[in-house]
Amino acid sequence: MRLIRELGESMTESLAGLGSVVRFLLRLVAASPRAMLRLDLISQQIYNAGALSLVIIMLSGLFVGMVLGLQGFQLLQRFGSEEALGTAATIGLVKELGPVVTALLFAGRAGTALASELGLMRATDQLSAMEMMAVDPIRRVVVPRFLGGVIAMPLLAAIFSVIGIYGAQLVGVQIMGVDAGSFWSQMRAAVGLRDINEGIVKSCIFGVTCSLIAVYEGYYATPTAEGVGRATTRTVVTSAVFILFLDYLITAAFL
Amino acid sequence: MRNSRTLDLGTGSFVLLGFAALFFLTTQTTSRGISLASPPHYDLTAKFDNIGDLKVGAPVSMSGVEMGRVTKIEFDWKEYKAAVTMRIDARYKQIPTDSDASVYTQGLLGGKFIGLTAGGAETYLKDKDQIAFTQSAFVLENLIGQFAANFMKGGGGQSDSGKSKTDAPTAAEPKSTEKSK
Repeated sequence: MRLIRELGESMTESLAGLGSVVRFLLRLVAASPRAMLRLDLISQQIYNAGALSLVIIMLSGLFVGMVLGLQGFQLLQRFGSEEALGTAATIGLVKELGPVVTALLFAGRAGTALASELGLMRATDQLSAMEMMAVDPIRRVVVPRFLGGVIAMPLLAAIFSVIGIYGAQLVGVQIMGVDAGSFWSQMRAAVGLRDINEGIVKSCIFGVTCSLIAVYEGYYATPTAEGVGRATTRTVVTSAVFILFLDYLITAAFL
Repeated sequence: MRNSRTLDLGTGSFVLLGFAALFFLTTQTTSRGISLASPPHYDLTAKFDNIGDLKVGAPVSMSGVEMGRVTKIEFDWKEYKAAVTMRIDARYKQIPTDSDASVYTQGLLGGKFIGLTAGGAETYLKDKDQIAFTQSAFVLENLIGQFAANFMKGGGGQSDSGKSKTDAPTAAEPKSTEKSK
């Protein structure tokens, strides 16, 4: 009996949590048009979330692509179709690895920074101070960070994919000796605009998810040192779970 | 001031880099390059009994030179054939009216494409014209079926003649083995 009640309780709690996240998202969207006027703030956040994540994204992209080139080559060699390496690597990167790995790295690199920054602002009463000065903290602080993340994420994913394709090309063509011409021409024949679209849609949705979770956790963090730490951890964990779950849904929707 | 300038520079170059990457993905990894103003072209149609797995976007070539792409594949309910529309680059406008179109396969298991073979007519195909002479895709299953049928027929006859030929040695063999025993 108690078990059932606890189950129901946890269900209601998680639903209420989801509801409050969605309400927070609606608040952000409602505040967005006004916040768009302060382009300098958004640009600064794009710099924070995007340009500063560039090094880790490019390095990871290169290595993921190289691994893909190596693994793909080993696998395709068994069937005597190494020329399909370009296709395999590109489709894998553009549709799946690019958006997902970028989103996971983004949650780890930019999401945690957002959450801890907002959490510390909350803990040191900076947000309350803004409210006292009749400055809406949502519009002044939260929305630029959210939009910055949303804009930066698809661009990061695209950069990741391109660097990854280059990495796969590096291993496949330069080291393993796949013919460069067939690598690119088979890729061009097999990859469609639809595949690219799927990658872009995925990375946009992941960008919204990651940024939303980060600013939500940071904004509603318990204003203590421990609370900020917990908010940061929860940002990464929740983002990762949601990214992988949504990835499945979007892939299924695109089939 | 300087700080904000480097920041703007960083943001700007990051955004540029991102869009460059997107552009690279859409134009370099796919077969359709982005053409803002589509180059001058004209459309031809052809009806095939069977196009195999020909897809929209497949190249149309003559003597191996790519002249255009397949833009539309429909089913013609009047003739029960596949109606293929292809867009030919306007540079190649001297395709004779009695040219024929065939569906070929790239490599052994590659994708299908349309190959044009020039005819001898003095008049040339114009926009919306139909290529009258077509040859269907070479379907591997049909070929194997035909081959198998031929093999059964021809191979059966051969084995008959083979039997009559090999009859003598097989008849002779037991004797030899008996002898050796």
